[in-house]
Amino acid sequence: MTILERGTTMRLLPLLTAGLLTAAGPAISATDIQFWHAMGGRLGEVVEEIATKYNESQDTYNLVPTYKGGYEDTMTAGIAAFRAKQQPNIIQIFDAGAATIINAKGATIPVAELMSDFNAEDYIEGVRNFYADSDGNMIGMPFNSSTPLLYYNKDILAKAGIDTPPATWEEFEAMAPKIKEAGYQALAQSHSPWIFSENFHSRHNLQLATGNNGYDSTDVEILYNNDHMKMHWGKVKEWLDAGYYGFYGRGWGDNQDAFVQQKTAMWLGSSGSFGGLAKSAEFEFGAAELPYWKSITDEPYGTFIGGAALFAMAGKPDEENAGVADFMAFLTSPEMQYFWHKETGYVPITNAAYELAKSDGYYESTPDAEVGITQLTQRAGEWTKGYRLGFYVQIREAMYKQYDNIFSGASSVEDAFVAMEEESNALLDRFNASMN
Amino acid sequence: MKRVQYEHSPIPYLFVAPQIIIIVIFFLWPAAQAIYQSFLLEDAFGLSSQFVWFRNYSDTIFSGAWLQAAGFTIIFSTLVTFLSLGLALLLAVKANEVIQGASTYKTLLMWAYAIAPPVAGLMGNLMFNPLIGDLYGFMNAVGFDFDHKLDPVDASFVVILISVWKQVSVNFIFFLSGLQGIPKSVNEAAMMDCNSSTRRFWTITFPLLAPTTFFLMVINITYAFFETFGIIDTTTQGAPGGATTTLVFKVFQDGFRGADIGGSSAQSVVLMVMVLALTVIQFRFIEKKVHY
Repeated sequence: MTILERGTTMRLLPLLTAGLLTAAGPAISATDIQFWHAMGGRLGEVVEEIATKYNESQDTYNLVPTYKGGYEDTMTAGIAAFRAKQQPNIIQIFDAGAATIINAKGATIPVAELMSDFNAEDYIEGVRNFYADSDGNMIGMPFNSSTPLLYYNKDILAKAGIDTPPATWEEFEAMAPKIKEAGYQALAQSHSPWIFSENFHSRHNLQLATGNNGYDSTDVEILYNNDHMKMHWGKVKEWLDAGYYGFYGRGWGDNQDAFVQQKTAMWLGSSGSFGGLAKSAEFEFGAAELPYWKSITDEPYGTFIGGAALFAMAGKPDEENAGVADFMAFLTSPEMQYFWHKETGYVPITNAAYELAKSDGYYESTPDAEVGITQLTQRAGEWTKGYRLGFYVQIREAMYKQYDNIFSGASSVEDAFVAMEEESNALLDRFNASMN
Repeated sequence: MKRVQYEHSPIPYLFVAPQIIIIVIFFLWPAAQAIYQSFLLEDAFGLSSQFVWFRNYSDTIFSGAWLQAAGFTIIFSTLVTFLSLGLALLLAVKANEVIQGASTYKTLLMWAYAIAPPVAGLMGNLMFNPLIGDLYGFMNAVGFDFDHKLDPVDASFVVILISVWKQVSVNFIFFLSGLQGIPKSVNEAAMMDCNSSTRRFWTITFPLLAPTTFFLMVINITYAFFETFGIIDTTTQGAPGGATTTLVFKVFQDGFRGADIGGSSAQSVVLMVMVLALTVIQFRFIEKKVHY
């Protein structure tokens, strides 16, 4: 499969390049910058638009974006290419793969080194540290940054006699029976490892792994097996059994569909889901911040980003690296960030871009688009900057597995978290061994 | 000294060369790579590498997740093989008896063969979608408390159903041609001796079909082990609780999704040995009972 895929891309590349060159006009001697990404559908189109805009803006470089499939596919393709010394200049790597690429010293050039006038303070809180090392030097450039949000169906809430969506899980518990009485499920969720585990810890400022959430070392252990998590998942199981919570499978879309088809009054998704929902939902909906437990913290903490970042791969000629830096500077300009934000619903990553969107009056016309940024810029705590854990794709798999077991009743909440902890720690131990 | 020279024509070598090259490039070389990688612990990008003897094997194969997948693979492969062979044989025998419109029946039974496993999986996924799936609605309407998202048995039912449906047509084609290869005279002679068509089938037809059945069994076990991957990836993705994860799917999850090259290489080597052993057993013990 990969061989075939690579074959096709290789054959298509000259064509693509030729197409872009003619489009860009006189850029005959431009240096090609290969950019592998995981943005399909509408998002992929926006990436193509950004590339066109960039190529039209200057003559020195020619950015060639290539869609490599989903996040995991793109990472695997990048790894295979790097091992074969055929790596692209820029690769998009998702949150769960961050530890894999950042810990592989020599696979990438940190963007903080690559870009000449780099200042971490330009980037908004919650975005700044996720792809940085423990000293705060940014390694990857956050690209499509999203954060979990609560979407609610205004019609259903009105029918149930509810004015505002829940700010806390305590409020949710009080309104769920009313929604059920009105004939609807209260809540569904896509991606429980991301929302109900990783960001659950950030929202309540709880540590999720030893070694500074994994930023300081690879010799770490996971801390998901804690009382707060077990309390939360015990509640979620209660909600499921009471008919307040709907589980439509582990696919992202399965649960989003339940919200779009008005089976469920609220849905936990990504700030990046906004654009898609606006197209598919035939009812009025709103976005609100991710609820928190008042019993754990009086005031919530900010969440961190999900999505993916762009990494400059090592082993390329200097002139191409200069092109990568040039493109990243273009990409993080307020105008491009605002464009990306408006087109996709992903958050702008710099303060300047956020200011531009504000001064342009974007949030007056679309207030929901600002919720994600407000949430990301909420007060920071010791444990709100993110996590860096190896083999995290497999750890998420272990989490999915145990959450299934909690829901089906195959294991108790207690046993499920013990099993998850054991499996995760074995994986972390393996990852640590692979790094030495 | 004069050595004995035989006349060798290079032409036979030329004829087998393409096949040998394909085997070397697509089987021997990757297999050797997998064995080599299975003894190494590397970071995903191959920047640091160490020889760890059997750590990859012990880490992965003694893990609960692998044992669970191995258990499911055995149950799954057995059921898929027997159900798809049994159904195909029944359909082939019945289709062989049809006189009017025979080719229409045959074509209808065969054309699922053209569907790729991931496409079959996607279709199944739609039919079992909890929001819009007809089969999901049907199963619940007839009284099952059907929930393949959380119930391991229901989830297994879904993947087995799709895998069998996809494979029945292939088996059907082979059984049908096997049946048509049985000389009419044998059947006619049998009819004089025995009135029961069931008995005629088991004593005459089935033994004569044995070479076909044996061949299909080998093919079907390989199918259940490897090719159903696409179906699982597009339907359950191994859920719930890892209950429908086959060994191949786990190799994919760990290697292609999780970038653990050493661990997934070790798993593929074990899988390769398992399938090799299975094939040897089939040829040594079952083939003895087959008369060509």
